[in-house]
Amino acid sequence: MDISNYIYLSAILFTIGAIGVIVRRNAIVVFMCVELMLNAANLAFVTFARINGNIDGQIASFFTMVVAACEVVVGLAIIVTMYRSRRSASVDDASLLKR
Amino acid sequence: MTTRSDLVFLIALPLFSSALLLLLGKIANKWGHLFATVISASTFGIGLYEFFAMRSRSGDARAATQHLFEWISVGTFKVDASLLLDQLSICFVLLITGVGTLIHIYSIAYMSHDLDRRRFFAYLNLFVAAMLLLVLGDSYLNLYVGWEGVGLASYLLIGFWNQKPAYAVAAKKAFVANRVGDVGLSLAIMIAFTQFGSVTFAGVKSGAASASPAALTAIGAMLLLAAAGKSAQFPLQSWLGDAMAGPTPVSALIHAATMVTAGVYLITRSNFIFDASATARLLVVIVGAITLLFGAIVGTAKDDIKKALAASTMSQIGYMILATGLGPVGYAFAIMHLLTHGFFKASMFLGAGSVMHGMNDEVNMRRYGALGRVMPITAITFGLGYLAIIGVPPFAGFYSKDKIIETAFNAGGSKGILLGGAALLGAAITAFYMTRVFVLTFMGSKRWDDQAHPHESPSLMWIPMVLLSVGSVASGFLLSKGSALVHWLAPVVNASDSEGGVELMKPIVVSALALGVVVLGVMTAIIKYGRSVPVEAPEGSLLTRFARRDLGQDDLNHRLLVLPGQAITRTLVSTDYGFIDGIVRAVGWTLGYISTSLKKIQNGYVRSYALLMTLGAIALLATIWLVTL
Repeated sequence: MDISNYIYLSAILFTIGAIGVIVRRNAIVVFMCVELMLNAANLAFVTFARINGNIDGQIASFFTMVVAACEVVVGLAIIVTMYRSRRSASVDDASLLKR
Repeated sequence: MTTRSDLVFLIALPLFSSALLLLLGKIANKWGHLFATVISASTFGIGLYEFFAMRSRSGDARAATQHLFEWISVGTFKVDASLLLDQLSICFVLLITGVGTLIHIYSIAYMSHDLDRRRFFAYLNLFVAAMLLLVLGDSYLNLYVGWEGVGLASYLLIGFWNQKPAYAVAAKKAFVANRVGDVGLSLAIMIAFTQFGSVTFAGVKSGAASASPAALTAIGAMLLLAAAGKSAQFPLQSWLGDAMAGPTPVSALIHAATMVTAGVYLITRSNFIFDASATARLLVVIVGAITLLFGAIVGTAKDDIKKALAASTMSQIGYMILATGLGPVGYAFAIMHLLTHGFFKASMFLGAGSVMHGMNDEVNMRRYGALGRVMPITAITFGLGYLAIIGVPPFAGFYSKDKIIETAFNAGGSKGILLGGAALLGAAITAFYMTRVFVLTFMGSKRWDDQAHPHESPSLMWIPMVLLSVGSVASGFLLSKGSALVHWLAPVVNASDSEGGVELMKPIVVSALALGVVVLGVMTAIIKYGRSVPVEAPEGSLLTRFARRDLGQDDLNHRLLVLPGQAITRTLVSTDYGFIDGIVRAVGWTLGYISTSLKKIQNGYVRSYALLMTLGAIALLATIWLVTL
């Protein structure tokens, strides 16, 4: 199997994630889409590591995972708090910055 | 040259006193005036001591110097702050401190009702200090510092009662007119520096011997402009009349001891420049002759006693400037007239102040009349000054003014006749208007109303007047006895007795002529004003009205300088507002507009920001792709 298919898969996943972030209103879904984009990037890293024959890309993907784990902890905590105070998990309701 | 170490006290004492009185503020109100007067008197003491010390030395050792500190040192350009006290400076030092001290004493009484008397005395001391620095500096640059100091002090004193807007305007006018002259002085210094590489009197003097005539004429003309500004000579004379806004002792100080004498000093000090340039000398005599007639004509029309005296100062300084332009022989006569003038003009100004003191500050002579009976001492001291200024023998003005007229006649050719004629005509007009002032004020019938209660002034005021009138009687005889002053000044101005020029008329003939025109002037004035004087000024002939308006000097300045100046200012303001501010406003408006438009995309919705980020990333990638393609 051609290794470039992994790249295409990565691109498709990233695009799905990006579109999800832009069009969905539910904060949890948006969050999951962001994770999807990160993992798409991870897949690209690993694939490029394989193509280049070294492990630089794999190391980078580990970093991404660690950062993603931290992000999940903080992000979910924010979403839960927001839901508790506002009874809504819609990202469009959190538009106070405009004012 | 002798080196002395106490010259600096002449300047430092009054300067210190002035600073002290200004800094201490109200604490010094009780004793400030006495302190300032004592300081002024002690500078006179130092001056006298220096004078006798100088007299006991002889020849070249008479001039004394004191090096204070190195002032400017830039590359080859070095200026030391040094003082020079020579035969010329000492005349001024004694006049400034002597007359200045008498005016201080007078002011104690004159200003006793003024709440700000301490500040007034601080300014008087500042004036004296600046004037002393002016006459003691050994270079043009040191002189310039004093020159500016005098300008500042005169501004502060003329505008002393600046709660009245007209007085504040008068002070500003004096300052601005002086600034025009200052430009002349600074240009002269710059030309001298480029030509001779030095700004000290000695350096310029040695350089002037081999300088080009054009440069010397340029320096001379610029120095004359400077002198015209300070000494209120044509065409910068307009400030002097308005300067009467200051308290009367200030007028006496400005007219007799300081300020207006500075121009005469400057020209006499720069004698080496004027000796070397006939064109510059010609300019000087023209300015002097015009001013002496100008001032005299204005003086005949003024009903304000102080303004009439101011016009007479202008005219008398014109005599001095005329004399300085007549070459080496004239300098000593100019200084002699300056010294005698210092006495009689101070005496008359203080007399005018005394009259105003008794008459509730009324200055209109048409409302005086017959004051001689109620103010005998003022009348006598003023009268002695009056006899001195019109040149009646044996009073001081006779000796000094006759010499100038005589020298003017001896200038040779048609020039001599013209100048001598102008000086003689000036003497006649002087006799006329001074008699008018005296008759209107002290003689004739009483014209004041019942509110006025004229009385003799307190002794603190009349004692200085008496002393000054003694000076106006005796100084002329003492100074001219055996040509004392001429010999005294000879080393400074390079004069020698042999240079008399062509003698057009015998001195005795000139004296007789001068006396004749004086009598004519006096008689005319007595006939015209001796009988009855209307309290309201009659409309007068065209010439009278013209003279009342200062021969149109203010109108001319207004049309020629003020209006164009205002037009230029208006143009600049509208350019600034319309064009330069316009550009700035346009830039600001454009940026504001763009910001307002862009603000719309900051709508607070996370998804919108995410979309923009994605689009930005895509645009970036597209750009990179296009560039690397």
